[in-house]
Amino acid sequence: MRSVAVVGASLAGLSAARSLRRQGYDGRLVIIGDEPHRPYDRPPLSKEFLTGAVAEADLALEADGEDLAAEWLLGARATGFDRTERRIRLAGDTAVRADGIVIATGAAARTLPARAGGRKLAGVHTLRTLDDARALRDDLARGGRLVVIGGGFIGAEVASTAYALGLDVTVVVVAPTPLARPLGETMGGVVSSLHADHGVRLLCGVGVKGFSGGERGEAGVPTADGRGRVTAVLLEDGRRLPADIVVVGVGARPNVEWLESSGIELENGVKCGADGRTNLTAVVAVGDCANWYDPAAGIHRRVEHWTGAKERPAVAVTTLLSGGAGEPGPVRPPYFWSDQYGVRIQFTGHAAAADSVTVEEGAADDRSFLAVYRRAGAPVAVLGMDQPRLFTRWRKQLAAAGA
Amino acid sequence: MKIPVCRLADLPRGEAYRLEIDPPVSVFHTDDGEVFAIDDTCTHQDASLADGWLEGCEVECPLHASKFDLRTGAVDTSPAKRPVRTHQVLVEDGMIYVELSPAAPNLPPCVGARLAQGSA
Repeated sequence: MRSVAVVGASLAGLSAARSLRRQGYDGRLVIIGDEPHRPYDRPPLSKEFLTGAVAEADLALEADGEDLAAEWLLGARATGFDRTERRIRLAGDTAVRADGIVIATGAAARTLPARAGGRKLAGVHTLRTLDDARALRDDLARGGRLVVIGGGFIGAEVASTAYALGLDVTVVVVAPTPLARPLGETMGGVVSSLHADHGVRLLCGVGVKGFSGGERGEAGVPTADGRGRVTAVLLEDGRRLPADIVVVGVGARPNVEWLESSGIELENGVKCGADGRTNLTAVVAVGDCANWYDPAAGIHRRVEHWTGAKERPAVAVTTLLSGGAGEPGPVRPPYFWSDQYGVRIQFTGHAAAADSVTVEEGAADDRSFLAVYRRAGAPVAVLGMDQPRLFTRWRKQLAAAGA
Repeated sequence: MKIPVCRLADLPRGEAYRLEIDPPVSVFHTDDGEVFAIDDTCTHQDASLADGWLEGCEVECPLHASKFDLRTGAVDTSPAKRPVRTHQVLVEDGMIYVELSPAAPNLPPCVGARLAQGSA
């Protein structure tokens, strides 16, 4: 293998490039990114970056002086893939040919049509990229009323950050309990009670019908592009929530449109084996766009966590460099964290597999506890709130049990 | 300055002790019986390395899994980019002491900002 292209320049792509060099690959390496930025860390974008505690320079994922001897093509969006020529087509009618390909194009924020009277509204945000975060940070600095739509972690973190910045915050969730999918009903309820603890309104079980917007933009001046500014979120039950800023946090979809009709098998992202291989030789996929097979559960899972984007590329690169001959070791169970209202939330494993959940240490009411999820008596997941030391021990046990 | 930590007998192998000074220092007793002291705060983001995952001469941050070499403070695994400070350890009459490094600590951005404001 004399050339490898990594398509995607965020954590998964960078981790893949590092793994290639670490595993001895010394050929041509091209890293393609659709954003103009060098790889940066996304988790602070919903937290410390919005408050200003973490600056843009602090987000850089590469160490000072780190040199992967790679050609970086940034601001270059992949638009197609030709399997016979092994060519990745890029916007602007250029292309990159490579013997080996790592697909790491990530996911994009789902949106809601933010229009009123046929016009696109200012003040309605999604949060995925650095550019999204800059725009939201500037808007939050104006203060006022924030409505967060969606019950996931990013929305909850933005609510917590905006609360700390002094905004009036409401969270609207269509499901009866936020975070029920990742944490289960019971613990989803416990973690989301952090909102009420801090006077942030949480409205559950109600959908969003639309938005209303002002005729004019900021300070009564028409916006330059003729857009109005959001003034309220309209709920399906008829309620109207006044809003100066709206954040739509309703999940993400894998960025795989560019692979349609390429011959790569797609199913909720790129369909992969347990080692990142796709149905095409010398093409692997990692990160948020990759739907890896989980042999323990017998199903495919698209794991959208930071830790997966960091750890799994090493496995996929071994697969790529060995021509698929390597025997993949077991991947560690999924792990994610969230920081909300000064509380550190950590989770590992799969809540959906559990038939029971018990608090083993501390108390849910104190917002400091450790809960173990079990299936037929065997631990399958662990949740910690402000219990990092104990959580680490359990995480280690769970990983060892799965190995 | 030589700071007393705890008795060696009170720190089992595989465990860590956090010395609550500013910035905090953690002391690790490895499975091989060696004792090391490093700054407790991960250089990436605010997390206590004493709460981390100790394996051999390496500690993994409990939050984002950066790994540091206890002997040198060097980053073995990202996302951390800067090493942690190491401190000299002395064991005298069964008591662990650390001799603090005169070097400047590599604190993460949010903690560094807080210290600069003097509110930590």
